[in-house]
Amino acid sequence: MALFRRNRSRRATGPQSLRRSFVTPEGVDLQIELGGAGVRAAAFMVDAVSMLVLLIVVTIAIALLFVASKQSALAILWLLGFFVLRNGWFVLFEMGGRGATPGKRLMGLRVVARDGARLTGGAVIARNAMREIEVFLPLTFLMSQAVQGLADSFVTIFSLGWSGIFLFFPLFNRDRLRIGDLLAGTWVVRTVRGELGADLARATERPRRIFTEAALDLYGVYELQTLEDVLRSGRDDAIATVAAAIRRKAGLPDDHDDRGFLDDYYAALCGRLERGLLVGRRRADKFA
Amino acid sequence: MTDTAPAAVSAFAPPQPVLVNASRFRAAHAADWERLEYLVSRIERRSVRALQDEDLLALPLLYRSALSSLAVARETSLDRALIVYLEQLCTRAYFQLYGVPSSALSQLGRFFRSAWPTAVRSIWRETLVAFLLTVAAAVVGYVLVRGDPSWFFGIVGDGMAQGRDPSASAESLRQTLYDTKGQDALATFAAFLFTHNAQIAIFAFALGFAFGVPTVLLIVYNGLTLGAFLAVFAPKGLGFGFVGWIMIHGTTEMFAIILSGAAGFRIGTAIAFPGRQARMDAAVTAGKTGATVMAGTVVMLAVAGVLEGIGRQTVTADLSRYAIGLAMLVGWLLYFYLPRGRHGVVPA
Repeated sequence: MALFRRNRSRRATGPQSLRRSFVTPEGVDLQIELGGAGVRAAAFMVDAVSMLVLLIVVTIAIALLFVASKQSALAILWLLGFFVLRNGWFVLFEMGGRGATPGKRLMGLRVVARDGARLTGGAVIARNAMREIEVFLPLTFLMSQAVQGLADSFVTIFSLGWSGIFLFFPLFNRDRLRIGDLLAGTWVVRTVRGELGADLARATERPRRIFTEAALDLYGVYELQTLEDVLRSGRDDAIATVAAAIRRKAGLPDDHDDRGFLDDYYAALCGRLERGLLVGRRRADKFA
Repeated sequence: MTDTAPAAVSAFAPPQPVLVNASRFRAAHAADWERLEYLVSRIERRSVRALQDEDLLALPLLYRSALSSLAVARETSLDRALIVYLEQLCTRAYFQLYGVPSSALSQLGRFFRSAWPTAVRSIWRETLVAFLLTVAAAVVGYVLVRGDPSWFFGIVGDGMAQGRDPSASAESLRQTLYDTKGQDALATFAAFLFTHNAQIAIFAFALGFAFGVPTVLLIVYNGLTLGAFLAVFAPKGLGFGFVGWIMIHGTTEMFAIILSGAAGFRIGTAIAFPGRQARMDAAVTAGKTGATVMAGTVVMLAVAGVLEGIGRQTVTADLSRYAIGLAMLVGWLLYFYLPRGRHGVVPA
């Protein structure tokens, strides 16, 4: 069972981050990223629309068959189908191996247990049964009232306020937990699938520039990784700006090969900072 | 070749094979990472069954080696792309190895074998409270309607009464109990009742979150309705028949509603009075237990729906109805509360 500890040290530094410390049984912190409120709302909308479309299609199909055959079995089928769709869509998909509904999959999210253990059926049912009071109850309430033309302002305000509390609940806690997540011990994490970027300091056939100690002493890890981002983005204007800034600070003349210059500077700086790591010296940024 | 001037830029070193750790590291392990990524992608797209035996055996080893690569890379390398890639890869692999639920069939088996009865047993106190509340409410409903029949319309809506109110004649009431005509429509009605009751059961569970107050209201209302109906039938000499009519499915249905109410109470009390646990932990434990009980009540309500839609229409003798109802009750009680071996009992 993975240990889970809130990472408080990051709060001081940046804006509120959705990265959470998540230590595996092997003792490595995976630094998982939680799904943000916007992405999760989008995933829910995708699911809601899919359910609605499915419901409409099936209803039309059953209605046509009903007219043709007059079998009350079709009415039973519809009733049971509606029940399964309403309560089973989220539960069945999340209990599958992917731990995600189609909407969540599309948005790159999955449901996992907060303690890192297996996601149990009980947890999935608990987190989705709460959806009944979060979304469906106020909706049905509002709709049945509106259909009967009885929707007085009190009822409307009450049901909107009710669903508002639950709907916006994820915004009021750090871990973006729904009421259902809270009760089931789950949270929703991003599952990003990334490619391994090319090695920027790989061996080349061409000779590399040599920089003085003073030129390499200008920057720390933070600047190195910013330089990495610039090189990977491959934008010429950014490369030209950064190359000019480094040349100016190091007092180096312009040799009209910005990309080659930055490649060599990156490799040299990276090698130098790594040698520092080996002797236990991590220079966080240029001010350190 | 090094220039002595401080601004030495024209100086070039001959090509060196490797400059930084990340390059050595990538060269040594990239093949393993790629294989792990391929395997994890296959599991994510299809299922774990899509893997060959040898791949399956290699998976944990590859996962651990990637994890150790991540730990080493964090300490010795400054190549951020490498670290981010390894973090993503290890997270994906972790959830495939540790976080995946077991197969639906084995979960279902465990649910009926141990998880459901265990969960039901563990909320026996709440179940007892919900049962007593139902009985008390039924008595109150009975007494109220007997005393003043106009209470009936306050308790039972017109849609549910369907003419079975205090002003109805004994003959028409008798018909509602023993008439077997129009079976088709009744089967549909049973399906409607099942979905409706199951939805109510889910609400009773979910509303437990508000400290159980709405759940109490639901349970009390359920009992009141029962008492009110009894007060309509009993004075006309149909009490015995009515109890048989309701019992054939009612023992299952009422039990299910009492259990789902109890599941709601468990959540409400866990949040209000977490005891020695942290409130959050108490809520999680109660939520999982409650959800397991609640999922079971949906099964019970489906059984009740079948008994109501089919059983009640084919069995019209009072005694047979009593027998079936009591047999169901005894069956459920034995299934839930009969002591059984400790082994194989896994908490939900």
